[in-house]
Amino acid sequence: MEIPIAKIQMIYRKMVLTRTFDMKLNELAAAGEPLVHHSGLGQEATPVAACAVLRPDDYVMPYHRGWAWAIGKGMEPKFILSELMGKKTGYMGGRGGAQMADWNLRILGRSGIQGAHIPITAGVGLSIKMQKGDQVVLCFFGDGPPNIGEWHEGMNLSAIWRAPAVFICESNDYAEGTPRMQTMLNERIAERAAAYRMPGVTIDGNDIHAVYEAVGEAVDRARRGGGPTLIEAVTYRWLGHFPRDVEHYGGYRSREEVDGWKAKCPIKRAGQKLMETGILAPAEIEDIEREAQATVDDAVAFAKESPYPTREELLSGVFAD
Amino acid sequence: MSVRQLTFREAIREALREEMRRDERVFLIGISMQFNIVNHVVDGLFDEFGADRCISTPIVEAGFTGAAIGAALTGMRPVVEAGNGCFLLRAYDEVTNEAAQYRYICGGSFKLPMVIRVANFAGIEAGGGAHHSRSTESRFIGSPGLKVVIPSTPGDAKGLLKTAIREDTPVLFFEHKMLYNIKGDVPEDPEYLLPIGPAALRREGKDVTIAAWALMGCRAIEAADALAKEGIQAEVIDLRTLIPYDRQTLLASVKKAGRAVIVEEGTRTGGVGAELAAFLAEEAFGFLKSPIRRVATPDTVLPASRYGAKLFVPQVADILSAVRSVLGE
Repeated sequence: MEIPIAKIQMIYRKMVLTRTFDMKLNELAAAGEPLVHHSGLGQEATPVAACAVLRPDDYVMPYHRGWAWAIGKGMEPKFILSELMGKKTGYMGGRGGAQMADWNLRILGRSGIQGAHIPITAGVGLSIKMQKGDQVVLCFFGDGPPNIGEWHEGMNLSAIWRAPAVFICESNDYAEGTPRMQTMLNERIAERAAAYRMPGVTIDGNDIHAVYEAVGEAVDRARRGGGPTLIEAVTYRWLGHFPRDVEHYGGYRSREEVDGWKAKCPIKRAGQKLMETGILAPAEIEDIEREAQATVDDAVAFAKESPYPTREELLSGVFAD
Repeated sequence: MSVRQLTFREAIREALREEMRRDERVFLIGISMQFNIVNHVVDGLFDEFGADRCISTPIVEAGFTGAAIGAALTGMRPVVEAGNGCFLLRAYDEVTNEAAQYRYICGGSFKLPMVIRVANFAGIEAGGGAHHSRSTESRFIGSPGLKVVIPSTPGDAKGLLKTAIREDTPVLFFEHKMLYNIKGDVPEDPEYLLPIGPAALRREGKDVTIAAWALMGCRAIEAADALAKEGIQAEVIDLRTLIPYDRQTLLASVKKAGRAVIVEEGTRTGGVGAELAAFLAEEAFGFLKSPIRRVATPDTVLPASRYGAKLFVPQVADILSAVRSVLGE
C-alpha cells in the first residue's frame, strides 16, 4: 500500500511538529514547569503514519508515550500544552492533564494505568459492531502491557468478538528501566497474536512506509469484518521514561545502543527519501521546520497566557448532568 | 396501572427486559448470560434478545468491565453482571480508576452510561465464606464519579435499576442474594422510575433512628416491630442508595430522636457505617442524647460455614441490643 503524496507530506509535517513540540516540553520540564510528559523522541513514525490511515470517525485509544498519536489524529499543540499546564483552554478544561482525550477527534481517554485500555478497546470494537458501524479503533501501548493480565483478557475478547481493532505495540525494548527480554521469553511480542488466532506482524517502526502499509492492511481487514490485528512496531525512545529518568543513557541502556538508534532517526530517514524522490525540496523541509517551531512557540505563549479554571469549574464534570 | 407481587429476582428481570425493549442500546454482558446458572436473574432474556444482546464472556471481571466502558463511551448502554462482590474486586481498577473517573478526566464531554450489577453478601445462607460472601459496598463509596445503589425490596429494585440504566453516569447496583426470593409489591408500569438518592422511611418513630440497607434494612424493620411491642418507637431509614446518600432524611430523623443505630452487613472498620456515623457526629452532635452505635460484622475473616457466618453477620437480636444500649437500658 503506497502512501499518497499529499499524505506523505502531511505525515512528514506532523512528525516534525511532534518532535519540535516534544523538545519544547523537555525544555519546559527541565526549567521546572510541573507537567507530565513521557518523551517520544525517536518514536514519531509509527503513531503518525498509523493515524494517517484513519478516517475522522475512527477511534484512537492512546497510551502514555509521546504526542505523536495526538498530533497524528489532529490535536493541536496549544490545547495539549494548555491541558498539561492545567489551564482552562486545554482539551479537558484542565482536568485530565496528560490523560488527553477529545470526543470530537474520537480520541478516547488516555489511561494512566498500563493495560487498562486493552479491554476498553475490545468494548469499543464490540460497540462498533453492535451499531453496525464500519469504523475501527487503533490502540497503542508499549512493551509493558503485553505482560499484564488485562492485556490478555482484552486481546482474547477482541479476538472472539472479531472486534474491528488494531493493536499497535511501539516496542522500544524497555518497560520503564527494565529490558524487555528480562520480562518475557518471546523473541517478538507479535508472536503472542497466535495465542488469540489473530494476525501478528513485526515491522520496522521507524519506517513510515512499512507502518502505513501494515496498519492499512490491518484497518482494511478490520473494516471488512476480518477482526483484530497485533502490530509490533520496533522502535526506540531516545530519552528516558520521563524527565526524572537519569539512568537511560549509560545506565540500563548502553550509550552505544542509544547513539546507534539515534542514527536511525525516522524523521531524517523520511526526509531524505522525500528529497530523493523530489516530493519535497530542501527549502521546503526547512519551511516545515520553521512552521513547526512557530506553531510550538505560539502554543507556549497561548498556554502561558491562558487562565486556570475556577474551583467551581474543576468541581464540575464528575457526574453526568 | 396495577401493582402485583413479584420476587426481587423477577423485579430485576422485569426492569432489564423493559429497558432492553425500550432502548436497543441496552445489552447484558457477563458470565453465563444464556444459562444464568448461578443467580438465575436474567433467565429468559437470552430467548427474547439473543446472543447479540446477552453476551457471555470468559471469566474476566476486569476484561468485561473494561469492555463495557468502551461500549458505553461509544454509544451503547451496557449492563454488566459482575458475579458476587468478591469477584467484582478483580475489576476494582476498571471500576474505580476508569469508569468512575473517565468522564471527569475527559473534561465532562464523554458519557458513560453503564450499570454494574453485583450479587453481594449472603454469608449466612450460602455459606460461601471469605471469597464469596463479603459485603464489598464500602470499598466503592470513596470513588467519586460512581453512584452506588443497594435496594432491599422488589419494587425498589425495579424502579432503581430502571433509573440506573437510564443514567449517563456509571452505577454500581448491589443485589442481595438472600433477598432474591422475597416477594413484594412491584408496579407494572414500564415507566416506574425511582430517583437515585432519596432514602425510604420504613417505620416512623421518635425514640431512635435505625439506618440500614439491603438485607439489614429488612432486619431493621423486624427489630423495629419487636421494639414497638415494648412501646419503643424506632424510626427505620432504608438508605437504598449509598452514593449519594440521603443526608437530609438521616439528619432530620436523628435530630428528632437524638439516638442512632447504623446496621451494616460488612465489616466494621472503614465501613459505610463509619461514614454515616462521622456525618451525624459532625452535623447532629448537639442533638445526640447518647453515642451513635454501629452494628456490623466484626473485623474478622468470614468463616465459610453457615454456622460460623451466622455468629458474625448482624442478626435482629444484635440490632435490639444496640438499640437498648443507646436508650440507656
